Amino acid sequence: MSLSSIVSKTIVGGSSAPDMRLGQCPKGWRGTVCGLTPVAGLSIPWLEMERRLLEMGFVEGARLEILHDGPIMRDPIAVRVDDITIAVRRADANTILVRPLE
Amino acid sequence: MSSATMTVPGFALVGCPNCGKTALFNALTGHHQKVANYPGVTVERKEGAMTTPGGTTVRLLDLPGTYSLRGRSPDEAVTRDVVLGRLDGEPLPDAVICVADATNLRLVLRLIMELKALNRPLILALNMVDIAKRQGCEIDVDRLAQELGIPVIPTVAVRRGGVASLFSAIDSLAARTAEGPTGPIRWREPNSTEIRAAHKEAERILKACAFRPGDQKLTGRLDRVLLHPVFGLLILLAVLFLMFQAVFAWATPVMDGIKAAFDLLSGQIQTMMPDGLLRSLLTDGVLAGVGSVVQFLPQILIMFLFIILLEDFGYMARAAFLMDRLMGGAGLHGRAFIPLLSSFACAIPGIMSARVIENRRDRLATILVAPLMTCSARIPVYTLIISAFVPRTEVAGVLSLQGLVLFGLYAAGILSALAVAWVMKRLVWREVAEPFLMEMPAYKVPSFKNVALGLWQRASVFLQRAGTIILAIMVLIWFLSSFPGAPDGATDAAINYSIAGIVGHWIQPILAPIGFNWQIAVALIPGMAAREVAVGALGTVYALSATGDEVGAALQPILAAQWSLPTALALLAWYIFAPQCASTLAVVKRETNSWRWPAILFLYMITLAYLAAFVTFQLAQWVMA
Repeated sequence: MSLSSIVSKTIVGGSSAPDMRLGQCPKGWRGTVCGLTPVAGLSIPWLEMERRLLEMGFVEGARLEILHDGPIMRDPIAVRVDDITIAVRRADANTILVRPLE
Repeated sequence: MSSATMTVPGFALVGCPNCGKTALFNALTGHHQKVANYPGVTVERKEGAMTTPGGTTVRLLDLPGTYSLRGRSPDEAVTRDVVLGRLDGEPLPDAVICVADATNLRLVLRLIMELKALNRPLILALNMVDIAKRQGCEIDVDRLAQELGIPVIPTVAVRRGGVASLFSAIDSLAARTAEGPTGPIRWREPNSTEIRAAHKEAERILKACAFRPGDQKLTGRLDRVLLHPVFGLLILLAVLFLMFQAVFAWATPVMDGIKAAFDLLSGQIQTMMPDGLLRSLLTDGVLAGVGSVVQFLPQILIMFLFIILLEDFGYMARAAFLMDRLMGGAGLHGRAFIPLLSSFACAIPGIMSARVIENRRDRLATILVAPLMTCSARIPVYTLIISAFVPRTEVAGVLSLQGLVLFGLYAAGILSALAVAWVMKRLVWREVAEPFLMEMPAYKVPSFKNVALGLWQRASVFLQRAGTIILAIMVLIWFLSSFPGAPDGATDAAINYSIAGIVGHWIQPILAPIGFNWQIAVALIPGMAAREVAVGALGTVYALSATGDEVGAALQPILAAQWSLPTALALLAWYIFAPQCASTLAVVKRETNSWRWPAILFLYMITLAYLAAFVTFQLAQWVMA
């Protein structure tokens, strides 16, 4: 199964705007979570990773804002998720599909 | 009434990280706390007894903070196993008190839903309501209790009287537990669909209770500076420098004072008691052993003062954020930075502070490489050999060659620590770095009481547990270096005739390929007590009557005359890796709760030391030939 087919399956809602990955967004970016999807090179099994992200509040519909990025390669990032701040590496944040705030 | 003590109910404190759970635990139990480890795991177990004004006595168990009962780290697995009654020797708690930060309710609501499935009496202590009020954070407490179906009690753990209402809640909770369990445990690991559903439910409850999150302006403003790519790193370096400086400089006068006191006591015994075995045991074994342990205490207290303050303030998460990418290259977690840095002063506080790392293997890797950072005890050995063998010339007109060699030794320590961590994490455990998924808590002013209690606990744990092991090893080494005594008419130093001397002569052929003579071999054995003791031991072997700092000065010309340059360089290389520090091994045993890790530490370090000395010695001989 190709990555794009997984992506299209997990996307909820029917907006025509193409989805982005949180790991690729710059500091100051605002938006919402629209899905979680595996990427290659994760250090733990996807089902575990997905649950950890969910437990930290990265659920579909959560409001996001990238508040800070790290000093080396702009990694990791500190993300406001609803009303808490979570630090996450960009590689792991690439599993989070997002849509910018309209 | 003995049956009453048998039936003291046990309550478990559960909550997310940074919810002020430990502060609440401190407020409820005061200093009636027992800190130990859970059997078989490197997780701290904190229990305390408390009696409410209403006369209810309960045992409180402070469980590691967690966002779910799934047990993702060993700490979280302990929380899960205790509340499920799965941990050997740990009775199922009679009731659960969930602690929540009133300003940060979203994630804890999901945890409460999991806790309700335990079917135990459950209450929610809504902590830090004072901060919530100040931040303009709002929540309808009665509605929250109604929605969750459990009592909700607002508390302020850090204020006197702030837990009064919790006492009466504990009274009624104890009355409920006397009626017996409410039903079977229905908890099972939630899947992703259930977690999503729980979040929806949490969102609904927050809306229903008119929850308004607190104003985070101050935290945001501080973070803009403290997490700034340039200023943030500079501030981190300044904080670390201050910490390093404090451990090195502020501790020294106190350490010298402690050392002087022990020397005075030892001198008193020497004048009061006749020369003999008992006197030698007391002064060279017990006093020297206890003294070397107590001497570390100022460094450990200063180190932990910084660590507890930074942790309570909320800065530790920021330091990990700034350093994660750098440490990640070696397969280590961002949090490993603080323990490794403090190991430059002494590996003991460094290893103890590795507790800030949650993942077990990250913590073990950090503990195993911490002794490779050049600690202050190596400095006497380094300076002795460098001043005897490295000429006082200057390189490129400005840099002293002696200083460069010392710098090279420090750099070799750092690089080998990163390399060993990389090998452990990537090759032995074949692990990619754990996901770095960490909540950045709002900044808080540390409370004096919590800091003082934390320091007191660290100090007593160190003195009781590590102290007994270190003392035993010191007495053993004294025994090895003193028995059997020198025969009548002996010409060499007494140590040559002891077991240490015999073993030293016996292992000398093994050490010949790395250029060590029998004097070095013999000195290595009492040097096991601590690295700097090797200097004094060399003095003993070369039959010097000088003591203390004079040994180094008197020894320098002798070594320069008797050792070849390759031997000296090989000894320097040996000391980059030398595992000779009984105290470090004892603390690793304490922190990992098993002899396996100190054994692995000792074996890998002695192997590296031998290889490094071998390569250095052979290379130097070849170059000089």
